[in-house]
Amino acid sequence: MSQMNNERTGVSGSLESCDALVMVVFSPDCEGLEIEIDSPSIASFGEEMRKAVRETLESAGIFRGIVKIQDRGSLDCTLRARVETAARRALAGDVREKVNT
Amino acid sequence: MMERRLRRTSLYIPGTNPGMLANASVYGADSIILDLEDGVPVSEKDAARILVRNALRAIRYRGVEITVRVNALCTPFGKDDFEEIIPLAPDAIRLPKCESPEDVRQADALMSELESRNEIQPGTVQIIAITESASGGTKLSEIAAASPRIAALNYGAEDYTADIGAVRTKEGHELDDIRAKVIVAARIAGVQALDSVFGDVNDMDGLYAEAFRVRQLGFDGKSVIHPRQISVVHSAFTPSEKEIGFAERVMKAFHEAASRGAGVIALDGRMIDAPVVARAQKIIALAEAAGCLLIEG
Repeated sequence: MSQMNNERTGVSGSLESCDALVMVVFSPDCEGLEIEIDSPSIASFGEEMRKAVRETLESAGIFRGIVKIQDRGSLDCTLRARVETAARRALAGDVREKVNT
Repeated sequence: MMERRLRRTSLYIPGTNPGMLANASVYGADSIILDLEDGVPVSEKDAARILVRNALRAIRYRGVEITVRVNALCTPFGKDDFEEIIPLAPDAIRLPKCESPEDVRQADALMSELESRNEIQPGTVQIIAITESASGGTKLSEIAAASPRIAALNYGAEDYTADIGAVRTKEGHELDDIRAKVIVAARIAGVQALDSVFGDVNDMDGLYAEAFRVRQLGFDGKSVIHPRQISVVHSAFTPSEKEIGFAERVMKAFHEAASRGAGVIALDGRMIDAPVVARAQKIIALAEAAGCLLIEG
């Protein structure tokens, strides 16, 4: 993924069991929110997970951007926490070492 | 005086670990400490605060006291911790670096403001004060009396011994001084005294010996850093059959005397006064918690 000048990226979480690694790219140039989830629960809970991600980002004031999630069986409250943290870090312009561009 | 809750063990759960946060209540500790302070690297303070806040919102922790060790208000993280955690009304916060009554009063004022703003009865969230310095060790009575929220006194063994220049040993004699101060100050204030952690998670004999000794000294419980330490500490805090039997006879004599309106109680030729009754009540509570109360007959 290319890093444009007006994009800001935040990462949080981990690939440990019960956690999720979340990357949020806040990008005003995007049409909307593009959410990509890799999870063992995607077949059963994919829609709920997308809803949680979307609600959390919109609460943080992010309506345009890209979200990539590698889920390792996180609870809803964990996923929301990781997304919120990554969003706050993105808004703070806090680019972390874990970001793979 | 506030209710005396059973706090034989207080288990630290790192605020960065979602799996342990989800299962925190299943290990059998009397109290859990969701940790935002020393167990969390500085770079993850924001993530842990949000993770613990969401866990408090979503997870039903049953049969266990929920406490959060926040960062001290003198750090860059303390105020944010209070603002995210107090609205969720955990049973108590563990307040580190509690070195003066002013530290308690400052926390109390902020907690009252946050409770009022979130329609929580002011005073709902208790404080367990953690003293970690030589200076704080000389002010424990004032710290304990600084707020009605104080439920217990605790101390940080590593920070305290570093501050006084002591060498840490397995025997722990370097902690004799602070342990005595914590117990006396707690008893004067009518709050609980809680001992610090035993760091070697592989030495169960050493843990049992230390826990047994601090119970004899008067402590009400001990912090633990690994679930496998819980049953060992509970075992050390379980009264012997002889202690339980005597406590039951004391309580029986006490109730009989009370029903007769008698002012003086005697048992086996020994006068039973208020401290003996209080000790008997504590032993029976510990025995009930351990599920080993004897049936008289």
